[in-house]
Amino acid sequence: MIVIDSITKSFGSQKVLHGVSATIERGEVVCLIGPSGSGKSTVLRCINGLESYDGGTISIDGVKVDNSARSIREIRRSVSMVFQRFNLFPHRTVLENVIEGPIYVNHVKRDVALGRGRELLDRVGLAAKHDAYPTELSGGQQQRVAIARALAMEPKAILFDEPTSALDPELVGEVLGVMKSLAQEGLTMIVVTHEMGFARAVSDRTLFLEKGMIVAQGTSREILSNPTNERMQDFLRRVSHE
Amino acid sequence: MFDGFFSDALRFLPILLQGVWMTIAITLCALAFASLLGLVWAFLRVSGVPILAGGSKTITNLIRGVPIIVILFYLYFVMPEMGVQLSAFQAGFIGLGLAYSAYMAEVFRSGIEAVDAGQLEAANSLGMSRTLMMRRVVLPQAFKIALPPYSNNMILLLKDSSQTSIITVVELSMQGKLIAASSFQSATVFTLVALMYLCLSLPLMGLASLLERKYKRGTR
Repeated sequence: MIVIDSITKSFGSQKVLHGVSATIERGEVVCLIGPSGSGKSTVLRCINGLESYDGGTISIDGVKVDNSARSIREIRRSVSMVFQRFNLFPHRTVLENVIEGPIYVNHVKRDVALGRGRELLDRVGLAAKHDAYPTELSGGQQQRVAIARALAMEPKAILFDEPTSALDPELVGEVLGVMKSLAQEGLTMIVVTHEMGFARAVSDRTLFLEKGMIVAQGTSREILSNPTNERMQDFLRRVSHE
Repeated sequence: MFDGFFSDALRFLPILLQGVWMTIAITLCALAFASLLGLVWAFLRVSGVPILAGGSKTITNLIRGVPIIVILFYLYFVMPEMGVQLSAFQAGFIGLGLAYSAYMAEVFRSGIEAVDAGQLEAANSLGMSRTLMMRRVVLPQAFKIALPPYSNNMILLLKDSSQTSIITVVELSMQGKLIAASSFQSATVFTLVALMYLCLSLPLMGLASLLERKYKRGTR
């Protein structure tokens, strides 16, 4: 469904992606791991055109991702994103955040969007918080709203950009729990994460990036339990010492 | 010096009130004009189109570099030579509005630019168009950020409306000058004038802080 074909990217003279290729099938959960600065978030942001890339192509169901073309809006509607710092709209309530996209972008009728929005908030365990403002919620709650907001677009896939990195440790579990249930329901997910436990238990495949290249990949259980790549072993050792 | 202040004050009050109304009228017209035009400058400035952004920057800098009085002179004395006749009131509020549009533009622009980049990313990743993102995400937040400096400009504008007296608009300060000249009661008259300006600007300050508090909820 999502085909990334040897994309390259530079920030100024700094080359950050050296030909990254990957194919993500429908219903797959794929984790991108790697040290900071390895380019994993950049790859993710290229998929929905938040970043442009210099060479190679990314296509989603055969449509090329090109953030200078009008088609990018269509692509963004079908591939949602969940951010590290949530990026909820602070001037709107939780429920308004969730129905914003459906009503104004997908032109769903207001009462339909409201019904569905409430359902989604129930599903992420925030039934009692519909009318709260984002600032009144904990980080974990905000991130669950952000997940509901992404789901409300009825996307083909959701991209998660370090969704638990800005959370207090005791709040990580509630967000991962929601993500796990989404994975079990067959949602296509690409997750940039440092949560190796989540990657191992929930994701189908894991890609290990370093210095803008995929240096190891495989089924998550295998590659995370018995990594053969030396750099990856090194990385996993450092992560687990944290 | 202040002998019979209250009896004189009562005598001057009705005439001065005419000046108050004129001050209010010219301030409101100029404020509306400055806000609309300022929004236009700000939108051009953040449009992402270099020629529009550059043009807007140049115009606002030109406006800011010329004293209000000179703008007023230009509108009132030079425009007729070009065949455009403006009444003193029209020239007054247009000139004042034009001058303040440059400051308002800065207020709006900095408000728009102060909206967190993550908000734009969130709006983008929902598939919003630029216009929709502006309307639903950026402007509501920019408005709150811009409110305190905007209301500050509003107060400055009210006080600067006195400058239109130079092109014969009989607003509060001009009315005061006229009465003072004919009654020789400068102290009484100008004390009253000062008090009246205070009565006009203090509620504005109150309104500003009220709005600020009201919009605190929901902001990060």
